[in-house]
Amino acid sequence: MKTWDRFKKSYFLHSFRRDPVAMASFSVLLILVCISLLAPVIAPYNTYDTATFDIMDAETPPSWMAGGSEMFMLGTDIQGRDLLSTMIYGLRISLLIGVGAVFFQALVGIAVGLISGYLGGRLDSLLMRLADIQFSIPYLIVAIFASAIFKLAFGIGRYEDLAVVLLIIIIGLSQWPHYARTVRASVLGEKNKEYVEAARVIGISNRQIMLRHILPNTMTPVLVISTIQVANAIMSEAALSFLGLGMPITKPSLGSLIRAGFEYIFSGSWWITFFPGVLLVIVVLVILLLGDWLRDVLNPKLYKG
Amino acid sequence: MFAFIVRRIIQAIIVMLVIGLVGFVIQHQIGDPVRDLVGERVTPAERAVIRDRLGLNDPAYIQYFRFVKNACQGDLGFSFFYKKPALEVIVSKAPATIELVIVTAIILVVVSIPAGIYSAIYPKSWISRIIMAASTIGVAMPVFLTAIALIYFFGVELNWLPSYGRGETVSIWGWESGFFTLDGLTHLILPSISLSTIMLPLFIRLVRAEMMEVLETEYIKFAWAKGLHRRRVWYLHAFKNTLLPVITVFGVQVGILFAFTILTETVFQWQGMGFMFLEAVERSDTSLLVAYLVLVGVIFVVVNTIVDIVYGLVNPMVRIAGAK
Repeated sequence: MKTWDRFKKSYFLHSFRRDPVAMASFSVLLILVCISLLAPVIAPYNTYDTATFDIMDAETPPSWMAGGSEMFMLGTDIQGRDLLSTMIYGLRISLLIGVGAVFFQALVGIAVGLISGYLGGRLDSLLMRLADIQFSIPYLIVAIFASAIFKLAFGIGRYEDLAVVLLIIIIGLSQWPHYARTVRASVLGEKNKEYVEAARVIGISNRQIMLRHILPNTMTPVLVISTIQVANAIMSEAALSFLGLGMPITKPSLGSLIRAGFEYIFSGSWWITFFPGVLLVIVVLVILLLGDWLRDVLNPKLYKG
Repeated sequence: MFAFIVRRIIQAIIVMLVIGLVGFVIQHQIGDPVRDLVGERVTPAERAVIRDRLGLNDPAYIQYFRFVKNACQGDLGFSFFYKKPALEVIVSKAPATIELVIVTAIILVVVSIPAGIYSAIYPKSWISRIIMAASTIGVAMPVFLTAIALIYFFGVELNWLPSYGRGETVSIWGWESGFFTLDGLTHLILPSISLSTIMLPLFIRLVRAEMMEVLETEYIKFAWAKGLHRRRVWYLHAFKNTLLPVITVFGVQVGILFAFTILTETVFQWQGMGFMFLEAVERSDTSLLVAYLVLVGVIFVVVNTIVDIVYGLVNPMVRIAGAK
């Protein structure tokens, strides 16, 4: 209970409770995460089960409009799936890929940053050159090229089967330099401090020093960029899916739902695009606002733009 | 300084060779150069002859060397869909993308500078608050959603503006331009607005932050003390020094705009390079895809190298940091 008490008195919680924007965005995010975790329980229909929907129901408008049905609150998509359920499952996939991609890139980026910052030398300049080069090309273009190449290499069918894993890898690989640079910068700041020297004097191995002593002290900037990177990863996934390089329509993410809806917008079925689009903007906005708040709290020295 | 330039150029060449290697591997492992040339309906025996004549049975490094040599001479392979050299296809699509980016850049400058300056001068006014709130939402809004919303309102509901294609174009010395016809210009409006919304929030915030910083400096206080008119202080003294960092960032970000043209062009069926790239993916037109990849790589590497060298000329710190 001691840590809980400490947490209750901390500046972190204090500033959180003083900031209505942070509280609002945190609660919205919490609700969305809960909904997506409990998707099979909450969603009115299981949209992965082809037996639950009928093409005859396709393009039913939302229930409050003329021609709408009580059965489908937000209407149906082009295949006759309940749009609300499809969106809940889509949100689940979008969040899964977003968080997964950030875990993956954090793993790669932190490892590279730690090794290159702590060991220095040739390896450092090689790894950082690599990061610089990739950094100079926009990450979205890297992701688009990588997914196009993977799609050709695997063939469309296999690509769609493996889409979740491949997208996590693609988006993760397109953004790792951000972590590597941040971690390296703070490792360079930490590695000459006395506690590291003390650890070296008592004969702890390099690996132990890196993982147990330096790494915890580089976590603050990592936490700050992580929230923003989750938002970026969700946006990238949506962009790739919108281009047809991401999730297939049988297992849609929010991006692929928007893509599917866009083809029907000229015939007036605006809801297939509108609701997933609004949900996507809300998710990203809430994460970005939380990230802004987190940056201000954890790093008060930073300039508030 | 000379050593610095040489080192940067060598580095650029190495990067290009690596990008070339990626392109080469894609072309030879995923694509099939023989199919690109002759299509599917050729007997295996004839294929073998063609393979041999094209040198596809040579060791990999010789083939790679040949690939690089051809690429340097502007031969980036043959698009099997268009039945034309890949480079020629890309060059024919380039004007559309370049025009889109030019108009977007103009919109960016015309909107972001006044909006940024206004919200820096009057940070408490409700217009500034709206500008800042809109730019926060703008960051979270994917460009394709903005584009779809614009199409829905102005294209479908109001039916004021055309929502796809380039409209009528005029050929000026081989450059297919939409600038000189009314139809072409109206077709440009929606795509360029939606493309500019990606960068607008960033630029408004940048101009605002820079302007606010400049307004706090001593020489501005001195200008106030001299009793200069406020317009003169704001627009002449403060604005000039705001501009420098803004121009630097602007140069870098325009490169990124090209990346986002892929998304905008898809929504608006804009016949530019990005749209062509996606079509190439769908048609498995490997040569065209590789050519685009190599070309984009060249553009980014050249731009970055030039920027780095210019920085090195201006700021000696960069040279020293790189020499370590």
